[in-house]
Amino acid sequence: MSGWLDALRVAALLAADPHGCGGVVLRARAGPVRERWLDLLRSALPAGTPLRRMPASIADDRLLGGLDLAATLRAGRPVSQSGLLAEADGGIVVVPMAERLSPGTVARLCAALDTGSISLERDGLQGRQPARFGLVLLDEGADDEAVAEALADRLAFQVDLSAMGLRDVEKELGEPNYEGRGSPGPCGEELTDPIATFCAAAADLGISSLRGPLLAVRVARLAARLDEREILAEADVIEAARLVLAPRATRLSEQDMPTETHEQRPEPEKAASEPTEAPPPEGEGDDAAPPTNLDELVLQAARAAIPLNLLAQLLAGGPRLRDGKAGRMGASSGAPRTGRPIGSRPGDPRRGRLDLIATLRAAAPWQQMRRRDQDGTNEHQPRRIIVLPSDIRIKTLRQRTETTTIFCVDASGSAALERLAETKGAVELLLAESYVRRDRVALVVFRGAGAEVMLPPTRSLPRAKRLLAGLPGGGGTPLAAGVDAAATLALSIRRAGGSPVIVLLTDGRANVARSGEGGRARAGEEALAAGRALKVLGLRTLLIDTGARPNGARRLADVAEARYVPLPYADAGAMSAAVRAAIA
Amino acid sequence: MTKWDFTGGTRSAMFEDPHVIESEAKPSRDGSGSPERSWIASAAPRNEGVRHASSVPTFPFSAIVGQDEMRQALLIAAVDPSVGGVLVFGDRGTGKSTAIRALAALLPKMRTVAGCPYACDPDSPAQACPHCATHPRPKKAVEIPVPVVDLPLGATEDRVVGALDLERALSLGEKAFEPGLLARANRGFLYIDEVNLLEDHLVDLLLDVAASGVNTVEREGLSLRHPAKFVLVGSGNPEEGELRPQLLDRFGLACEVTTPTEIKTRIEVVRRRDAFERDPEGFCEAHAKAEKATQKRITRARERLGAVAVPDAALESATRLCLALGTDGLRGELTLMRTARALAALDGDRAVTDDHIKRIAPSALRHRLRRNPLDESGSTARVARAVAEVFST
Repeated sequence: MSGWLDALRVAALLAADPHGCGGVVLRARAGPVRERWLDLLRSALPAGTPLRRMPASIADDRLLGGLDLAATLRAGRPVSQSGLLAEADGGIVVVPMAERLSPGTVARLCAALDTGSISLERDGLQGRQPARFGLVLLDEGADDEAVAEALADRLAFQVDLSAMGLRDVEKELGEPNYEGRGSPGPCGEELTDPIATFCAAAADLGISSLRGPLLAVRVARLAARLDEREILAEADVIEAARLVLAPRATRLSEQDMPTETHEQRPEPEKAASEPTEAPPPEGEGDDAAPPTNLDELVLQAARAAIPLNLLAQLLAGGPRLRDGKAGRMGASSGAPRTGRPIGSRPGDPRRGRLDLIATLRAAAPWQQMRRRDQDGTNEHQPRRIIVLPSDIRIKTLRQRTETTTIFCVDASGSAALERLAETKGAVELLLAESYVRRDRVALVVFRGAGAEVMLPPTRSLPRAKRLLAGLPGGGGTPLAAGVDAAATLALSIRRAGGSPVIVLLTDGRANVARSGEGGRARAGEEALAAGRALKVLGLRTLLIDTGARPNGARRLADVAEARYVPLPYADAGAMSAAVRAAIA
Repeated sequence: MTKWDFTGGTRSAMFEDPHVIESEAKPSRDGSGSPERSWIASAAPRNEGVRHASSVPTFPFSAIVGQDEMRQALLIAAVDPSVGGVLVFGDRGTGKSTAIRALAALLPKMRTVAGCPYACDPDSPAQACPHCATHPRPKKAVEIPVPVVDLPLGATEDRVVGALDLERALSLGEKAFEPGLLARANRGFLYIDEVNLLEDHLVDLLLDVAASGVNTVEREGLSLRHPAKFVLVGSGNPEEGELRPQLLDRFGLACEVTTPTEIKTRIEVVRRRDAFERDPEGFCEAHAKAEKATQKRITRARERLGAVAVPDAALESATRLCLALGTDGLRGELTLMRTARALAALDGDRAVTDDHIKRIAPSALRHRLRRNPLDESGSTARVARAVAEVFST
């Protein structure tokens, strides 16, 4: 079965009921294949169906709707404008670079998908508009980036065209008939229990969200409707499982994966065999369900349709680990759009929040003059305030930039093991109180031959705990590698608009060079060089000397222009206090 | 092009200001032609409530499969709004929003002063709100559905707390207050989906108002207070950012919802949802009886609530439980007592027993525990442990 034919089928189903399907995550690079698919989707849509493109960085007033400022000023009373989602009612919204959507935008899209409407409470406006659209999320992300899970979960389909060339597509253009669907199967009688079948298949593939089977049922019904049948046929169910369930698989079913993690679903055996024993549905199929092999067929079809790259991932290491967050937030942020107002400035209210009072104040002194200028034209409305675009003020907002504390910990040797426990405690203490300051914590550990980012910047205590629990210790001291890793991480945080602080915990006695070879002299030199780099890069650093001998790491602190705190017997509390003092 | 409609009509009705009504009784359209699409809500008078605006029926509360803890918490908040808000945290696709929207359709109607934008109780003192203080109250009260107001993401602060009436400010240069969502939620529910994505200052503000029951507006030269007693219901997914502890503590109840793992339950959930989508009216009708029964249960429980006794033994159990868990302050005990009482009322019992406390303890206490970096187990497990210890002796 070719991926392109599946993609065509998805386009047909999506065009038939955009909102019911939720939409599709289309993983493909920008290029002719993707364009062709979009063209086909467009042509499959009934004439007049709206299809809108939404930039990933869209602002709320265009997304949800809001005040139409120009018209408002002309009319002298609030005039509203629809947002893009409401305009796309009944049609499709195409989102390029969907992996970069901010969490806020993701949540707004989710809310609109769930309710099929937009409710607006902005700029003194209030209302509700229908917005039953389907989403096409164009995901061009590299491997580490993916469309937000919350959103992908609500869309029926995931199509991967990234491995497909134009030639593959054109080869198949000659045969426009979609032959993947075989015959509709035995017609005329309702299948015993398609819902149980979907649920069983979902359980078998490790799909925990209930939206999977739910959307599969919907798609199966839609497929039947496209064939102008009232009742579901076997082929519909199999097809829905292939298109909807397969891309969601988080593991292979038992047969393929003997080393099963039993965490997610405690009774896999039972789940796989039980669906036929499920209570008979209330309305349909009252008679005892005869053992059908449909379950097996569906599962097989879904298993066969698991995309190759996903299959490889699943074979390699069980469930995918996907970050719940969307793309990289804040990487492109200019002036903050959130925060506390600290004043106002002239500007375009589409790039900020309108400061009404300041605007009126700016307009007030000129009223007499402007009225004279407009003499005659406005006589019937003498009380109207004349506001020109130059009067418009927007609020300036200040947002505290997020501080990320990077703990760079020496986990070498047996003495450092205790340090490690203290550091874990300090990290957790800081995290526990970090929400107030909107701070994040990261952890870099160096030991043995190199350094490793154990805990990427996070605000989540449970996540940190999980990662910290299995932290190993022992081995040599590759100090330079540790400092390098911390600096790299700090720079990436700075690029994303945050402000990093490095907390280096070491006794300063490096004995492993960057190359991984032993040797005190060279390792020490390299460590100092790495420290100098910290100074050049202007990274704020706190060095906690954990060595028993005084001033062991002093030189490193000096070259890095780091604050130096000797803490030979630090406990978690003292350490977090020292760090807090350094951050403040 | 479609234009947003305004609350213009609504607002005029609310303020009964003669000269405004004359000129603006109709929502303004700016002469750009009639809207191409039908409006769902905005033109409806405030008292009709938002939820009746949509013609699509909501999924019935009684048809929700499983999620007992969440349903219990929501029912308790419906019986006794003074327990504080309800926080629902959990996996995606577990029907959080469904349950809360379903609750709206279930609640019995309430009596209000006709024309009051804050939906005041006719039996409340006349100084209760700025409207009732200046307008004589009509003799006849009206019955309206309990408001369940959605706070949509992207809402601006001016719409939440209420603000200067933009239209009147711009067109007439007049300073008038336009009530916001807090006013509309008075005596009802305010629902925030993805509460952890809301800007911090808005969450602060909401919790403040929810706790005090009064919204104080000091902005843009306006200065007034109006009643805003509502039950705050927040939902969210902890993976997308945590709520800070100070905020957590102020919700009365916190429930965790998880995707059901048992295959039978999962099938039933999908089946009902599918049946509802295919025939919403028929599905609601099939569950109408159960909905009525639940409504009756709430009404009866409300009547009974005042009479439910709290014996000293139950108080002692509650206190011992809170001590064992080391919860800060007295809020834990208070909430535990109040919610146990509401639960007893729902059950039709005359007095609070240890059984009620045991059943409500996880929801009432799990978000009040001090974070203990050395304790790896989750807060739910800690509460369960404490319950087992306290009630074993």
